[in-house]
Amino acid sequence: MSKISVKDLNLHYGSFHALKNINLDICEREVTALIGPSGCGKSTFIRSLNRMNDLIDGVKIDGEMFLEDQDIYQPDVDVVSLRRRVGMVFQSPNPFRKSIYENVAYGPRRYGIKSRNQLDEIVERSLREAALWEEVKDRLKSSALGLSGGQQQRLCIARALAMEPEVLLMDEPTSALDPIATSRIEELIDQLKKEYTIVIVTHSMQQAARISDKTVFFLMGEVIEADDTQVIFTSPRDQRTEDYVTGRFG
Amino acid sequence: MRTEYTERLKNLKIKLLKMGSLVQQVIEESLQALMQQDMEKADTIHLMDDRIDALELEIEVECMNLIALQQPMAKDLRVIGTILKAITDLERMGDHAVNIARQTKLIGQEPFIKPLVDLPRMARLSEEMVAKCLDAFMKEDVNLAREVAHDDEAVDEIYEMIYTELMEMMIHDRGVMNQAIHLLFIGRYLERIADHATNIGERVIYMVTGERVEIN
Repeated sequence: MSKISVKDLNLHYGSFHALKNINLDICEREVTALIGPSGCGKSTFIRSLNRMNDLIDGVKIDGEMFLEDQDIYQPDVDVVSLRRRVGMVFQSPNPFRKSIYENVAYGPRRYGIKSRNQLDEIVERSLREAALWEEVKDRLKSSALGLSGGQQQRLCIARALAMEPEVLLMDEPTSALDPIATSRIEELIDQLKKEYTIVIVTHSMQQAARISDKTVFFLMGEVIEADDTQVIFTSPRDQRTEDYVTGRFG
Repeated sequence: MRTEYTERLKNLKIKLLKMGSLVQQVIEESLQALMQQDMEKADTIHLMDDRIDALELEIEVECMNLIALQQPMAKDLRVIGTILKAITDLERMGDHAVNIARQTKLIGQEPFIKPLVDLPRMARLSEEMVAKCLDAFMKEDVNLAREVAHDDEAVDEIYEMIYTELMEMMIHDRGVMNQAIHLLFIGRYLERIADHATNIGERVIYMVTGERVEIN
């Protein structure tokens, strides 16, 4: 079932046409990987899924983007609650300079949850979901900055999960991590897709192949091909996809 | 882009062709040994087969290395997958040539119970099928690959004929039974060789189009 449905989306940065007539469906409880060379529009696209591009000057967006039955680009949409439904994890782990506990409790607190019990519950659930609980349960009050890179990234995932999002956007979430931390995150993504719809930007085609159900190939602001991951990596239809996934692009 | 990798893929294809031409040669020579009742030649067939087996191993190792080290995708992956499957088919064809030589030796110098016309025809067709499926592989020619399947039907028909004919001979004259059985086996081996060529043809279609087909 389609969770996000994009229709004729165009995005301009000033005079630069960054996304061209994007039409795409993102399925619920699946991992969708966005691949393509640098500057192809995949990061712009993922940021448009929770209106992060609104923060950039000179951006003009038209077209429709439905999160279930709501067009998220309608003027009456509350962007803050949209970002609550569509959480995001960035390329390099960016925990706050606070304790592990406070990093996770930050969002819910801002949403007005004050009960200590409730916050404890949210923190534990989120850390468990992010496969970090066992490693940090005895030092929740210690600084998040003392964690390893991989742990910090899982903490950021826990922080996003604390808001109980429906969709989780991940922009190259493992590019700053070593192979072991990477494989933990990949395993986590596989777990999380049972509950969440996940969209991930990755420069590693092996990663896209390993963890995603659907793969979307972007090139120069266009979606060239979107299909089952297996199809993209064994029998892509478009020659440009073929050239990219076989490493002959350019 | 990816110059070394592209070069290695190309060399892999060339090795497959080399293996294919050895297979064609071994089929031809095993038939010559039979037709000329040349026992010395029949004795050399297994040596050629050893070379085919060695080449199979070499190609397999290279395929595994490319998969492990270069992460081939899409068409490249299909090419390597096709090669991995094709070498098994080619290797089996080599084994069948050895089997033909073995039957030839069992017949020995005993005069043929009938003039051998259909078996050489089958052998020629099978050999051509091997050449054709490898040609289809190199040229990525789907139509040529399909032709191989068509040729297989002709081989099957000849085999049916040989089978019926030899059966009848055996019913009428128990004395021919021994040699007739050897000849039947040889027909069977040639028919199998043609089947393996058809398999390669099917893989070539997958390699080119990404779609799996079962022709025969």
